[in-house]
Amino acid sequence: MSHNKTTRRGLLKGGAVVGAGLAMPTFFTSQANAYTNAPSGGKVTLGFNVPQTGPYADEGADELRAYELAVEHLNGGGDGGMMNTFSSNALKGNGILGNKVAFVTGDTQTKSDAARASAKSMIEKDGAVMITGGSSSGVAIAVQGLCQEAGVIFMAGLTHSNDTTGKDKKANGFRHFFNGYMSGAALAPVLEKMYGKDRRAYHLTADYTWGWTQQESIQAATEAKGWETVNNVLTPLATTDFSSYVAPVLNSGADILVLNHYGGNMINSLTAAVQFGLRDKVVNGNNFEIVVPLYSRLMAKGAGENVKGIFGSTNWHWSLQDEGSKAFVKSFGTKYGFPPSQAAHTVYCQTLLYADACERAGTHNPCGVGEALEGFKFDGLGNGETEYRAEDHQCFKDVLVVKGKENPTSEFDVLEVVEVTPRAQVEYAPDHPMFAGGELGKCNPGA
Amino acid sequence: MDQIILQLLNGLDKGSAYALIALGLTLIFGTLGVVNFAHGALFMIGAFCSVTLQKILMISQITIDESKTDFLGNALKVKTPYVEVWFGEATGQAIIDWSVPLAILFAIPIMLFIGWAMERGLIKHFYNRPHADQILVTFGLAIVLQEVIKQFYGANPIPTPAPDVFKGSFDFGTMLGFEANKIIYPFWRIVYFVFSVIIISGVFSFLRFTTFGMVVRAGMVDRETVGLLGINIDKRFTIMFGVAAAVAGLAGVMYTPINSPNYHMGMDFLVLSFVVVVVGGMGSLPGAILAGFMLGILESFASMNEIKSILPGIDQIIIYLVAIIILLTRPRGLMGKKGVMED
Repeated sequence: MSHNKTTRRGLLKGGAVVGAGLAMPTFFTSQANAYTNAPSGGKVTLGFNVPQTGPYADEGADELRAYELAVEHLNGGGDGGMMNTFSSNALKGNGILGNKVAFVTGDTQTKSDAARASAKSMIEKDGAVMITGGSSSGVAIAVQGLCQEAGVIFMAGLTHSNDTTGKDKKANGFRHFFNGYMSGAALAPVLEKMYGKDRRAYHLTADYTWGWTQQESIQAATEAKGWETVNNVLTPLATTDFSSYVAPVLNSGADILVLNHYGGNMINSLTAAVQFGLRDKVVNGNNFEIVVPLYSRLMAKGAGENVKGIFGSTNWHWSLQDEGSKAFVKSFGTKYGFPPSQAAHTVYCQTLLYADACERAGTHNPCGVGEALEGFKFDGLGNGETEYRAEDHQCFKDVLVVKGKENPTSEFDVLEVVEVTPRAQVEYAPDHPMFAGGELGKCNPGA
Repeated sequence: MDQIILQLLNGLDKGSAYALIALGLTLIFGTLGVVNFAHGALFMIGAFCSVTLQKILMISQITIDESKTDFLGNALKVKTPYVEVWFGEATGQAIIDWSVPLAILFAIPIMLFIGWAMERGLIKHFYNRPHADQILVTFGLAIVLQEVIKQFYGANPIPTPAPDVFKGSFDFGTMLGFEANKIIYPFWRIVYFVFSVIIISGVFSFLRFTTFGMVVRAGMVDRETVGLLGINIDKRFTIMFGVAAAVAGLAGVMYTPINSPNYHMGMDFLVLSFVVVVVGGMGSLPGAILAGFMLGILESFASMNEIKSILPGIDQIIIYLVAIIILLTRPRGLMGKKGVMED
């Protein structure tokens, strides 16, 4: 006679344990591997998290184009682009560590919660070992935090707030793009040269992390050159008509208007300022001038003729004549029919830098990759000699001061490079007050 | 004082846009009883009529200039708009320069057709459905329309400048005895205000002084009785839907030099315009105009630094605050009919 020892209660207990195990997110159950989402089956998956809908969708589309180009080059396709000019020789065109590179995409919608949800999905469901992208600092900071918790590397896309590698820096996060402090440090000497020392500036500032740090940086840099800051007015991000913010500027005694705005905000505030005829006025014996500290070609195009002659800064521009930039523009332009934006450039670089770090580290483990990126010095990616500083995971490189072109020859020819500001001029100490308040912490491999 | 006058002027042009959109919105509610959340999308489509005409006028003949190169180092393709080839450089450039005003003529038939198609194709099926259903379906339609526009034109704003003659600003201050540059106001915004006054007057005159308008007004009061007189009131209401769409579209066309159009601009105005209609009184045309200008002016004053230093963030909530106060004290809105939307 056989006795069946399986009881109803035992079955329920066992089922609950198995069920809980299956339901648990993958990054909590990765003890079998040393880190989250270790590649298997000869394939490594990267997660490209960009705005595919919403106001920055065009920038997101350009980022996706660059990512696809980077994947093509990493897998040995196309002409190799900047892999041919990159100072590191670790990349061989056979994927990453012999694994073919695949990718999944997510839509950030330029909303922090949506961006976190899509990044989480790419990590948990699609097995992405690295997340990259973004066209907003708020989004980048939110996703960087998620990647730190999940134990994957985050290679930031277009994010310019000081906080990304300042008070919100994370060990798993790395930024190639420049920041607000660097914009101020690069722009102020040019503005002093062009407009003189005795100037009074009025700031309109987008009311969120990027706007605050951008404004703080530009104010500090211009005041160091002798300018006075008359006022700083915070404008809600959702503002579309800036007339009521622009109208009081002339009566304030200011002779410079600094627009700490990006995207649609920048287009609309600049359009309003030009419509009000500010640039035709003479105040304090000076011609009234407008400054847009962070330029994007895609956005400048939206402002049309209003950008002509207006100074700003940018991370990269397709007209640069170094070998890396030329190779990238040729590769991108041949594939898509138009030159890449700075957003496309930075995400292409980030993808190559991640792949290169994996090759040099011999692993996809975030801690190994992070170690390979920390203090890494390289050249040939379009910005001259560059270093990923170990202390805050910020890239240090030359910064471009640009001006809206007076006589453009094509629809892409919106900005002209006025000065390539050397890296030494935009560098700051890791404990600089504008970047204080956060800890890098320890890398999290997710295991 | 100069700041007050300046913000008053700002409020007038903001109010013009609110009033024009709200006018169409309340016209549709007054005639058809439909709460049309796709009305902001009509404003946006009007703006893109302007963009489309500009693009049509910019269709170019391409010649190769061997002496110059493009970004890839190939011989430069030089584009010359066909209007310049056909009519000469000066005339062609003038036509392109005046593309926004010309877009009014371009937009009218398009907007009338879109309004007619929207009413006949979708909205008429929701006449006898609850307002919640109407809101859902028209809001869904608005999202579809904006995504279609984004698909064709992209997400970035597209610059559509005013004619050169209207660029720059007018110094009201010197006219009123203030110092120079104290009260300046862009020419195009003055044009926009005058344009909105003309359109609003036109719609009121049409409803007031034409037989068609009188029948429509009678139908708004008592649809059944007008129908019993043998008048096809439904057909007239369909035409009024087209007129309302055209008003919103024209408001969008003329707004393009103020803010470069983007696919989302309709949504930016929709909620505010809906608040304007509710404050003015659902179905009340004079109420929509009054509330449009009143809320536009209040919003402008609320964004003054002096006000914001006392009440931070007031510029964000002023319209909704006023709406709450008015609806609490007068649920049918400023000029709404007794019993309409009072519950």
